[in-house]
Amino acid sequence: MSVSTDRASRGSSTVDAMPRNRRVREGSRGWGLIAMVFLVSLTVYFLLPVYWLVINATKTQSDLVSTNGFWFSRIALWDNLSALFERDNTVFLRWVVNSLLYAGVGAAIGTLLAAMAGYALAKYSFPGREFIFSSILGGVLVPATALALPLFLLFAKVGQTDTMWSVFLPSVVSPFGVYLSRIFAASAVPDEIIEAARLDGADERTIFFSIATRLMSPALVTIFLFQFIAIWNNFLLPRVMLNDARLYPLTYGLFYWQTQISRDPQLQTLVIVGSLVSVIPLIIIFLSLQRFWQAGLSAGAVK
Amino acid sequence: MFPAPQTRPRRRWVSILAVAPLMLAAACGSGGSSDGAASASGAASSSGEACAPAGGKVALQFWTWVPGMDEVVAKWNAANPDIQVTVKNTPSGNAGTYQNMFNALKAGTAPDLGQIEYDTLASFRLQKGLRDISGCPGVADAKSDFVGWAWTQSQIGGPGVYAIPQDTGPMALYYRKDIFDANGIAVPTTWEEYAAAGAKLKAKGIFLTHFPQQDANWFDGLLWQAGAKIFDTTGDSVKVSLTDPQAVKVADYWQKMIDDKVVATNLQGFSPDLYKAWNDGKVATWISASWGYSTIRDNAKGSAGKWAVAPMPQWNAGEKKAGNWGGSTTGVFSGSKYPAEAAKFALWLNSDPAALELANAKGGLYPANVAGLELPVLKKGVEFYGGQPVFDVFKEAASNVDTTFQWGPIMTDTNRFLSDGFTKALNGQGTLGESLKAAQTQTVAALKSQGIAVTE
Repeated sequence: MSVSTDRASRGSSTVDAMPRNRRVREGSRGWGLIAMVFLVSLTVYFLLPVYWLVINATKTQSDLVSTNGFWFSRIALWDNLSALFERDNTVFLRWVVNSLLYAGVGAAIGTLLAAMAGYALAKYSFPGREFIFSSILGGVLVPATALALPLFLLFAKVGQTDTMWSVFLPSVVSPFGVYLSRIFAASAVPDEIIEAARLDGADERTIFFSIATRLMSPALVTIFLFQFIAIWNNFLLPRVMLNDARLYPLTYGLFYWQTQISRDPQLQTLVIVGSLVSVIPLIIIFLSLQRFWQAGLSAGAVK
Repeated sequence: MFPAPQTRPRRRWVSILAVAPLMLAAACGSGGSSDGAASASGAASSSGEACAPAGGKVALQFWTWVPGMDEVVAKWNAANPDIQVTVKNTPSGNAGTYQNMFNALKAGTAPDLGQIEYDTLASFRLQKGLRDISGCPGVADAKSDFVGWAWTQSQIGGPGVYAIPQDTGPMALYYRKDIFDANGIAVPTTWEEYAAAGAKLKAKGIFLTHFPQQDANWFDGLLWQAGAKIFDTTGDSVKVSLTDPQAVKVADYWQKMIDDKVVATNLQGFSPDLYKAWNDGKVATWISASWGYSTIRDNAKGSAGKWAVAPMPQWNAGEKKAGNWGGSTTGVFSGSKYPAEAAKFALWLNSDPAALELANAKGGLYPANVAGLELPVLKKGVEFYGGQPVFDVFKEAASNVDTTFQWGPIMTDTNRFLSDGFTKALNGQGTLGESLKAAQTQTVAALKSQGIAVTE
């Protein structure tokens, strides 16, 4: 930030093109170096735990505790991986599938619901619209932690605790997604297009699915990613709802192993390897959707 | 029990945010919890509650966090087609499962059976979460099959029986034989000799042991051995005496060890740093439970053959007292429709030799069942300990654990108060003795705030 303002102010104060360029370069070299050092140290800071994770995932249990945590010793990654997937009748694989289901399907449905609600709130005027919108906005302020126990009691009433539904259903609701998609729909979907489509005889469903969702797609990707990560990292909801290890998502499954370490120290290695494996899907989804993510974020910010 | 959530949602959220885990019941009806206090002794009169088998096909649910327990239960299911048990593998109790059990009890969705550690039984009793199974077939007769203190604790200070003991953690002294031999130190039999050994080792740059910040239940085991009576729940009110003279004696002893820098204060229990120190011979002993044998074996492989196990040092020469650290019971929850079948299963699970052997192999359980202490695997020499039959030491320790020791009704909180104090004391603020005083005050306040009658 400071780099660009600096450049801009210097630029406006100078008349001659040549010295300006030179001066900018001199100035930006100093700033650039500071920025570089700052960014590199931030990168190291953020990546150090990941580095540790990668190194230690390759170690045997005894090397894990007896050798330097920041360098390799005997490589046992393959053994660790096969132990990880074989443990407790391949329960780890179930956790991977569960997490992908909860987060993938949950985020997809959550995005669709948010898109529909946001579009409706932006484009249809009906009595109570602002009230509904404010209520939804209020929902953003309520932390998920505060809702976990009431949700548990509600699900207990209908006898659905300890089922996949108990984690899945609360996950598809995203007040923030509704907020974002209303803001975005209001600006990205011109009323004229909707009017024109109506004149051409398109019904409301067609307008929404064929026109509006396409115009809103950067915001929808952002909502999807937000929602995916929120569900993927959600710990409290499965913790309150689930008691069946086969239904756990990755985060909670690894925690479950972690708490058994005092009885079975081998699990320590498996938790570390499991953590490494569990970040891979997140990395993949981030890299593949990063383009949209950035577009979506800035688009929302300007409007 | 649960007012319609939609009427005043916000107030509910606020109240749920505010209540500490164990106070949940208090939030749902303060009347219930004051009854609960009286029931610590009073409701015991209802023991012998009718408990007849329901007959027919019965399905039971069992929550546990012992690795491999589903394999043990599969044995039962194969042999008992009419009583089928489903295992739910959960994280350990204090990691959230106790809270889930309390939630489920409130919501009426609790399982039939659950794993409950000894120090948490009183909490469940206080919330009326456990069924008295003393009237169920076979339970009363099983008393002599179990280690004395374990059975007493599953009665929670009354004539009823609320759980079947599963495993125990009798304590002993793990020590580095090679280091002791090399420095001409004899195995300490008293705490005085133990401290003297520490002084010698300090001169060599070796810590005697580590004093963990967070393992308050380890310290409870030391108090137990010293005969400290920190709680008494048999009367009409709960007696809290964490500053019992015996407890103070233990705290002062360890404070001196900390002051003299004989024990390491920067190593956390079960941490990679501690394991490294064991491996490198920088920490020479660990006062720990029977289950600790695998902790050392699997985390300090480099020191294989160098460890040995001896009885815990004593306060008075010639005595043979032992403490206990850890262990669980199998409890039957109050909502169970089939208490007789559940009790039958719990008895089998914790007495059948084949079940105990598998639970020992898979989950490292050290049986609370007297006959279980004779399992072949517990008589053999253990290679890691130079072939020493270490479980002989623990078997003797198990029979030397004080049977009158009692846990408090909110032990999770009390232990947290203690470890908060330890953390401060290890960082030079205050002493272990002051930690006891602080935990006393805080525990009394917490009990009173739940409407429980307290005497000090």
